[in-house]
Amino acid sequence: MPKKFDFSVNGKAVSVSLDNEETPLLNVLRNELGLMGTRFGCGLEQCGCCMVLVDGAPEKCCTKPVWNVAGKQIITVEGLGNAARPHPLQQAFIDEQAAQCGFCLAGILISAKALLDKNPEPSRAEIAQALDANICRCGSHNRIIRAVEKAAAIMRAGASG
Amino acid sequence: MNAPLPGPLNDNPNLNRWVAFPSPGKVTVLTGRVELGQGVLTAMAQIAADELDIAIERVTVRSGDTEKAPNEGYTAGSQSIQFGGIAIRQACADVRTLFLEQAAKVLGCKVDDLSIRDGRIHRNGTSTGQDYWTLSGAVDLTVKATGGGARKRVADLKSVGTSNARFDLPGKIFGESAFIHDMQIDGMVHARVVRQPNRGATIGAIDENAIRRAAKGPIEFVRNGNFLAILGADETAVEAAGVAAVNHVTWRNIEAPTPTQQEANWLLQRPVVERVFGAPDAGNAQSKERYEATYTRGYLAHASISPSCGLAIYRDSKLTVWTHCQGVYPLRAALAKTLKLEPSSIVVHHVQGSGCYGHNGADDAAADAAIIAMQKPGQAIRVRWRREEEFIYEPKTPAMVVKVRALLDDAGKPVDWTQEIWSPTHNQRPGAGGNLLGAIALPDPPPEPPPNDVPEANGGGATRNAEPLYDIPAKRILHHLVTEAPVRTSALRGLGAMPNVFALECCIDELAERAGQDPVQYRLSITGDVRARAVIEKVAAMAKWQAGAPGGTGTGRGIAFARYKNRAAYSSVVVELSVDEEIRLHRVWCATDAGLVINPDGVINQLEGGIIQSASWVLKEQVRFDNGVASFDWETYPVLKFSEVPEIEIELINTKDEVPLGVGEVTAGPTAAAIGNAVSHALGARIRDLPLTRERIMAALLKE
Ligand code: FES
Ligand code: FES
Repeated sequence: MPKKFDFSVNGKAVSVSLDNEETPLLNVLRNELGLMGTRFGCGLEQCGCCMVLVDGAPEKCCTKPVWNVAGKQIITVEGLGNAARPHPLQQAFIDEQAAQCGFCLAGILISAKALLDKNPEPSRAEIAQALDANICRCGSHNRIIRAVEKAAAIMRAGASG
Repeated sequence: MNAPLPGPLNDNPNLNRWVAFPSPGKVTVLTGRVELGQGVLTAMAQIAADELDIAIERVTVRSGDTEKAPNEGYTAGSQSIQFGGIAIRQACADVRTLFLEQAAKVLGCKVDDLSIRDGRIHRNGTSTGQDYWTLSGAVDLTVKATGGGARKRVADLKSVGTSNARFDLPGKIFGESAFIHDMQIDGMVHARVVRQPNRGATIGAIDENAIRRAAKGPIEFVRNGNFLAILGADETAVEAAGVAAVNHVTWRNIEAPTPTQQEANWLLQRPVVERVFGAPDAGNAQSKERYEATYTRGYLAHASISPSCGLAIYRDSKLTVWTHCQGVYPLRAALAKTLKLEPSSIVVHHVQGSGCYGHNGADDAAADAAIIAMQKPGQAIRVRWRREEEFIYEPKTPAMVVKVRALLDDAGKPVDWTQEIWSPTHNQRPGAGGNLLGAIALPDPPPEPPPNDVPEANGGGATRNAEPLYDIPAKRILHHLVTEAPVRTSALRGLGAMPNVFALECCIDELAERAGQDPVQYRLSITGDVRARAVIEKVAAMAKWQAGAPGGTGTGRGIAFARYKNRAAYSSVVVELSVDEEIRLHRVWCATDAGLVINPDGVINQLEGGIIQSASWVLKEQVRFDNGVASFDWETYPVLKFSEVPEIEIELINTKDEVPLGVGEVTAGPTAAAIGNAVSHALGARIRDLPLTRERIMAALLKE
């Protein structure tokens, strides 16, 4: 008997029916809801490719069973913004060309969003530390840190203006 | 007489393999090179836009497709821009000329009166109403390139030389389906392979019930010889079954690599094929001062951020494969052999994956999907390796031992240089020296490839950059090609260049110290190559290098230099760091001369990536063996973290009149050696074995 799970993704209520209540949220996002932005990198909670916001907190969702998020609010990279209305972080990543292969980006954008929500004026070291939850194998680190600094400045200017 | 065509254009001379005008206002440029995160497709578009006199927004680049794109072998060796780029440049110049000739015919004027502005034909400066698209019906692009089209002068290039933003990044930043992993085909099923532990291992027992219980959902087994796969519609069930199968399938004839085999020195006693390059041994060896030192590096993993993925479907006697590998044509040839199909009945499409930095599991994952697809005609198959599977089964870059022997003159400068190398092969790409992993598990597996390495004409494998570029009268390379390695070895970013440059550039510092000279001055005193001197002088200026900074203080600086393959880009790197129990990188400076720069920010991006990856190799990385590969996840194979990455400053010396050169690999060696030299400066003690672990630092300090 499939079980029903209700939660919200990027502000929209969703309801999924699954036989296996242990199905990881990542697989639900990608394979049930067609949201491909959140990536699989390890399935071991080690790399951060699958980072999403669960009720505002950054969490790796590759092993997080779907029952665990029932009733919660999920934000994925698709929920940050889009080409027409980019989130300041996304715009800054484009401006800084902050990637090589870009596979790590979705998770990194989410970690960065969580950081800036808490700390609108992080130091370089604080940004680096927040992003230690994510691996970038291509060596795009410095650009990524610069992009987060830039987005933070733009968001602060927006907030005060 | 026209100059000979650039190699790839000569191999694929029909212009329609390179350029098409599919619809009004649009140009498609085709390339055999593929996007690996290095921004190559954007650079190719810039080149095409300039040669066709067209806005870059009109250009779409299609790549890596055995149906349409040219066959350019592999996207590897930092050669895409140097060779693939020049081919596109010439193809576009020829196309532009054909269109101008056709326009002249239509308009009844001379070609010389015509020019092209954003695709529109102008006559003496005014629009003629003709453009590429009005004329394209009458211009036959199936003709062969002649090389007759005049390429733009460097001074007339507009897009080339600018940091045009990458086309592919927005989609990745907005979380669109950007990667092969995101592909969906109607009716697709997921698959995981139960990997054969080694060649010759055979399946003992399969506890199907236990695996099905772990799956918690419907799965199906597919088997062919010792190739065993699990299929199902639900990826969660298939993944769980794949994990469980590791413990519920038994194998006979397992050969598991041991901790002893993990060390580079294990290679010294193995069967080898001897290879010698360069000057005959100096007869006066006895009469000179002699300096000798040995350097080692362990096995490394590519450790791509995402495990490999491949898709395939076999329908109506045609096999279609999607892959993120570096060479779609060589993969097609290897698949044809494995599956006993005609190459013409296989189509291979490239779809982007995560950064690979060389020969990782991509080809093998594609082959897995193809093997399964052949057994399930009409069914689309998606194979995605598990994280552990990628670490254990991807080809490793080989461990290497590099012994340097230098004979010195009275001033302490080298007059004779021998670089002696022990290394397994750096090339087991399918078709070029290796086999597809899945093929080895099939009945009637292909034989072991004969011992080989990348030919010297292609830059060499273990011998890459083994010869110093410095002015040394006699140089030679002795390569002991180790014929049996404990794991499959193949190409990783720069191949032998990293260990070789590490060895020779550390040794140069040791010789400088011995001669009582500053490392920068010493290098300059033994090189007359103007471009080499320029990057060394530049990086020293950037870093405000000071001769005679005291050593052994816990803080150190090091410099190193290389010209990639001794014939591509030049780069010099300075590293500043501190050492207590661990090494902390503070700053890195890099000056690079890559000839004409197509996209400066793209070049800097790749140089940064190369520096950070090399730093990660040097400080942290070694594949461990313990009854099998014991580095199987990010905890057992840690890489550099955000908080460990130094600030990096890069300057390009844009030598516009020189051919554009790739830069993906050039910093690997200089970064490694600059770190080695800086650590030695900081400690007052030399460590010659990589990675520079805490144990090695402690041991070096105790020895002092
Ligand atoms: S995929 Fe979840 S942390 Fe790696
Ligand atoms: S850009 Fe490739 S892993 Fe970060």
